[in-house]
This record gives sequence, C-alpha cells and structure tokens, in this order.
Amino acid sequence: MYILKRFLTMIVTIWVITTLTFIIMHSIPGDPFASDADVLPEEVVENMREKYNLDQPLPVQYLLYLKNLATLDLGPSIESKTRDVNTLIADGFPASALLGIQALVIAIVFGLILGIVAALNHNGLLDYLSMGVAIIGISVPSFILAPLLIKYFAVDWGLLPVASWGSWEHTVLPSVALATAPLAIVARFMRSSMLEVMNQDYIKTADAKGVSTIGIVIKHGIRNALIPVISFIGPLVAFLLTGTFVIEKIFAIPGIGKYFVDSIFNRDFPVILGTTIFFSAILIVTLFIVDISYRLVDPRIKLSSKGE
Amino acid sequence: MERLLEVEDLHVSFKTYGGEVQAVRGVNFHVNKGEVLAIVGESGSGKSVTAKTIMGLLPKKVSRISSGVVTFEEDDLLTYSKKEMQKVKGSKISLISQDPMTSLNPTMKIGHQIDESLKLHTDLSKMERKSRVLELLTLVGIPNVEERYSQYPHELSGGMRQRVLIAVALACEPQLIIADEPTTALDVTIQAQILDLLKDLQQRLDTSILIITHDLGVVAEVAQRVAVMYAGVVVESGSVEEIFANPNHPYTWGLLGSIPKQRQDGARERLIPIEGTPPDLFSPPKGCPFAARCEYAMDICVEKMPDSTYLTTDHASKCWLNDSRAKKPKEVAMAGRSR
Ligand SMILES: Nc1ncnc2c1ncn2[C@@H]1O[C@H](COP(=O)(O)OP(=O)(O)OP(=O)(O)O)[C@@H](O)[C@H]1O
Ligand SMILES: [Mg+2]
Repeated sequence: MYILKRFLTMIVTIWVITTLTFIIMHSIPGDPFASDADVLPEEVVENMREKYNLDQPLPVQYLLYLKNLATLDLGPSIESKTRDVNTLIADGFPASALLGIQALVIAIVFGLILGIVAALNHNGLLDYLSMGVAIIGISVPSFILAPLLIKYFAVDWGLLPVASWGSWEHTVLPSVALATAPLAIVARFMRSSMLEVMNQDYIKTADAKGVSTIGIVIKHGIRNALIPVISFIGPLVAFLLTGTFVIEKIFAIPGIGKYFVDSIFNRDFPVILGTTIFFSAILIVTLFIVDISYRLVDPRIKLSSKGE
Repeated sequence: MERLLEVEDLHVSFKTYGGEVQAVRGVNFHVNKGEVLAIVGESGSGKSVTAKTIMGLLPKKVSRISSGVVTFEEDDLLTYSKKEMQKVKGSKISLISQDPMTSLNPTMKIGHQIDESLKLHTDLSKMERKSRVLELLTLVGIPNVEERYSQYPHELSGGMRQRVLIAVALACEPQLIIADEPTTALDVTIQAQILDLLKDLQQRLDTSILIITHDLGVVAEVAQRVAVMYAGVVVESGSVEEIFANPNHPYTWGLLGSIPKQRQDGARERLIPIEGTPPDLFSPPKGCPFAARCEYAMDICVEKMPDSTYLTTDHASKCWLNDSRAKKPKEVAMAGRSR
C-alpha cells in the first residue's frame, strides 16, 4: 500500500517536472534551427519543423510529448540525425552511471570514516586535520579541483591519464573530483551527528555494561549517528547528478551530462526534456531508496507509518 | 558486617572554562554486603560524580581524581586499567541510570541490550543467554517476555523501560548495583512500583545497592543506611533509623524539615525550606561548607572543616557543635527547631 502510494507520487512528480521543463524550455529565446536557417533553404527548415512537430501550437506539442512519454519514448533528437533520445541516454548512461556511482561510494565511505574519526578525536589533532581538509573540499569547486588534479596527477607525475574514457584508470580523477565536495559535506555531517550520539545516555549505559570503546562506537554509535546522515543522501545524489555535467565536460567523458549541456546550447528540445526527465527519475528513485533505508535503520519510523 | 565497597577521602574535580570545579571534596562512606546505602543531598552536591567515579565513568579529558581510594573486593578500583575496569563494569558492579527514556539504545532490540552484558561477561551459549534474558525480563515484572524481547525501546512505556534497565543491571548478578535516582523521571505510582521491585530483588538476590536520591521518602522505603552529602562532602552518615530519629548535622535537620508531612487533621505541615544556596564549588570555603546557611554557625565553622565525630560506631557527623568546647548548642538548637 505504502509502495503503491509512493509509486503514484513518483509518477505525478515526473509529470510536474516534465510540464515545468516544457514551459521553461519554450520560454527561453532561440530555435533549434537558428544556425541552419542561414544555410538551408526556407522550405527545408519548414519541413524539419514539421517533422519534429514544431509547427504545431505548443499545447499540441505538449500533449504529443506526453503521449510518447507514456510509452517511455523520449522522441528523436534534432541535433543528432541518427540517434533518438532513448539511444542517446542508453549510450551515455554507462559512463555517467559509473562515474556517479564511484563518486557516491567514495563520498559516502570516506566521508563517514573521516567524520567518525574526527568525532572520536574531538578537538584532537585528527579532528582539526580532517575538518580542515573538509573545509577545503567544500570550498574548492570541482571545476577548479579537476584541472588541479589533472595538472599534478596526470601531467606532472604522469600517474593517471589526462582525460577521456576507456580503462578504469580514466575514471579515477573524474570520480575523485566529483566526490570531493560531497565527501567533505558527509564528513562534517557525520562528525556532528556522531558527537551528539556519543553524548547520549544510552552510550553511558553501554559503557556501564563494560562494552569496549570500539564496541560502543560500532554497535551503539554509528547506527544511530547514520540516521540524520541518511537524509542527506538525496541532496547528495542531486549534487552528483549536476556535478557530472561539469566533470564530463572537463574530462571529455561520453556521458549523458555532455549531451545535456550541448542540447541546451543547441535548443535540442527533445534531448533537454528527455535528459531532464531521466535525471529526475534517478533522483526520485534515489529518494525512494533513501526513504526505505531510513526505515531499515530507524525502527521508530516503522511505527509512525503504520497509521498511513 | 562485611564491607563490599569502601570510598575513602575521594576528591574529584572538573576542568571547565570558568576554572576548576571541585565537585567531590573528601567523600567517605562504605556499603556492606547485602545492604542498601542511600546517598542523599541536594542538586550539585556531587552524588552522581561519586557514583561515576566508582564505575570509572567520568569523562577522562576534563576530570581529575586528585586523591582517594575506592576499595571493592580488597582492590582499589581507581588503580584499575581501562581493560580491567571493563571487566568489572556490568558484571560485578552495574548501573541503573536516571532517565529510562534516554538510557536505552533506540535502534537496538531490548532483548539484545540485556544480552550484551551476558555476551561480554559470561560464556553462556546463545540459547542459554536468550533464556536467561527471558528469565530476567520475567524477574523484573515484564509481561509477554517473548514478544518484548524483540521490541524496540520506543514500544515500551517509561516504567517498562526502567524495568528493562534494571534487567540490564541484574544480568550478570552483580555484587553491587548503583542506582542514580532510578525513579526521578517516573510518575509517582510507577515510582512506587519500581522501588518495590528494587527492594524485592535486592532481598531475593542478596545484592548490595547504592541508591542516590533527593527523596527521603525513598530512603526510608528501601535503605538500611544513609549518607548525607553536601557540597562534595558526606556531612553525616549512619543507619536510617538513627539518622531519622537522631539527626546530628544541622544540614540533616534542614533536609528532614523539608519533607512534607501529613498531620493528624489532614492538613499538610508547612515545609521549612533550607534558606540560602550551596557554596560555589569553583572556590569552596575552607571551613564547613554549610556554615553560610547554618543557623548555629560559630566562628570556627567558617575557619576550619570539622572532623568526623562518631556518635555511635556507625553514626558519624561532621559538625563543630559536637566539639566539647562548643556551648551545648544541641539542646538550644533542637528546641529552636521544634517550636
Ligand atoms: N562533566 C562535568 N564537567 C564539569 N562539571 C561537572 C561535570 N559533571 C559534574 N560537574 C559538576 O559537579 C558538581 C556535582 O555534580 P553532580 O552531578 O554529582 O551532582 P548531583 O549531586 O548528582 O546533583 P543532582 O541531584 O542534580 O543529580 C556540579 O557542580 C556539576 O556542575
Ligand atoms: Mg545526579
């Protein structure tokens, strides 16, 4: 019942996002054939407009799009004459997904470890060190970090390839560049959450039972400290999704992000809509997973949702 | 009687931004085997700090034990390493804390929270431990033990949670249970139930209990002996009968005067609050800490901390009025009080 309700909400959310994107997209000036209009004869351009339904009034275009979307058909691309949007996404997705997932794992795993270590060394050297690193991580944007990483690790020391995609080595620098800021945020979040948890009475109860410090941290500390951090994973994924646009561009990675950025410049309407919807769907599914894992970690939430 | 725990000349202080708080300034008391000792005293008198010191639960970084001996089973617990102390905690000495609402881990099944001590301190098998946990839950008066075993704390009421915490404390059959205000957070009827349970368990299992409380009613109910703390010092100690019938220290008089009494005619006697506030523990007075609030204070009281006077072998009091040089103030004082 709960799952069904969530599923319907997800559909509605996608529809709202589609509608908003459609409206915004058509309200920015520009035209997919603007650059072709000088070279191509008027009639050809007219034909092209007809082909992509651009000659129809906007409400009709909108309804036609929704109709196709219902069958999961995202339509043809205007720019790429050979591939439709579905193929474009299917082609770009593996690279984007690998980049995104690697960055997510790096951000969460190292962020949590850094946060826990900092909390357990509260006001100690390790605490200041890791929080110092975190502050730098948060304040240096990825489009500055990425060229720096390339300069040192690829150009000066020759440890990793400069750009492009292929072997696993190619994924290291972009994943690190993408993960750094979210990693730092996770670390700070986890640190404060852990500090708060370690001050709770039930930690003292565990201490009074004779549980060792490590036992207390693992069995009583981390799980409770994770609860507020989990809620941050939704925004984190959103952050990574948008981060891929920049990173894919810098490292010349053939992912969806690159198509998305290009499509906006070209006013390639179906690609803009299609990739936006695709990204939103990923985010919405992530939020759903986050919600479920919340319930797994915190037994108190199960009870409150029984009434639903 | 055999002594189980003896605390001698304990001094504990805390480093704070405002300076050093001398929370415990020379505490002496003992707990006999199979006995309930109550520590009473107003807020901030150092009761919890004393309990935490015994259990090695003081925050390491900010606290300092400048002197003292805590003898338990012929060993000084203060010399124990962290590892050695972990073996004692939860098995030989255990703690029942004040707030049942926050003292259980919200994301751990209550059965597992009781099981945790058994796992650490016994070599029972998993099956044996489970049946022991169920037995403990029954012992502390929790119905439907099988079902409760796998519930989380939020599914239990405050009273039930305190019973679970008692089960946690009892798990390894400790010789000493330290209960720091075990009923303060509960409502009155539940308080009585929990006290009855503690008293009953103590008698059946023959453990010793060190109970900390503000409430002299609780003392009368469960304890055999009592230590009255004021500003980090035990000012008077003795058997409960002795202290209630024949209190010696003016602070104890004050405490006894502040119990609400029901009179014959049904009206409540007026409470006599102790006037003034306890001394500043950042710079405690060199004399008797109660002198500033004491109606009978003499010059010497401000100058010098009195030694213990033994009124009986077990009844000790730290008051200059007991000095032979003092002007028979006792009679004057008692007369003045019961006017
Ligand atoms: N961690 C700490 N850091 C600094 N000061 C502390 C710390 N713990 C206790 N103190 C101080 O020690 C003194 C005694 O505190 P304690 O908790 O023992 O009082 P108590 O007798 O248990 O009072 P209550 O009845 O309110 O529980 C207080 O002045 C308190 O401020
Ligand atoms: Mg206290």
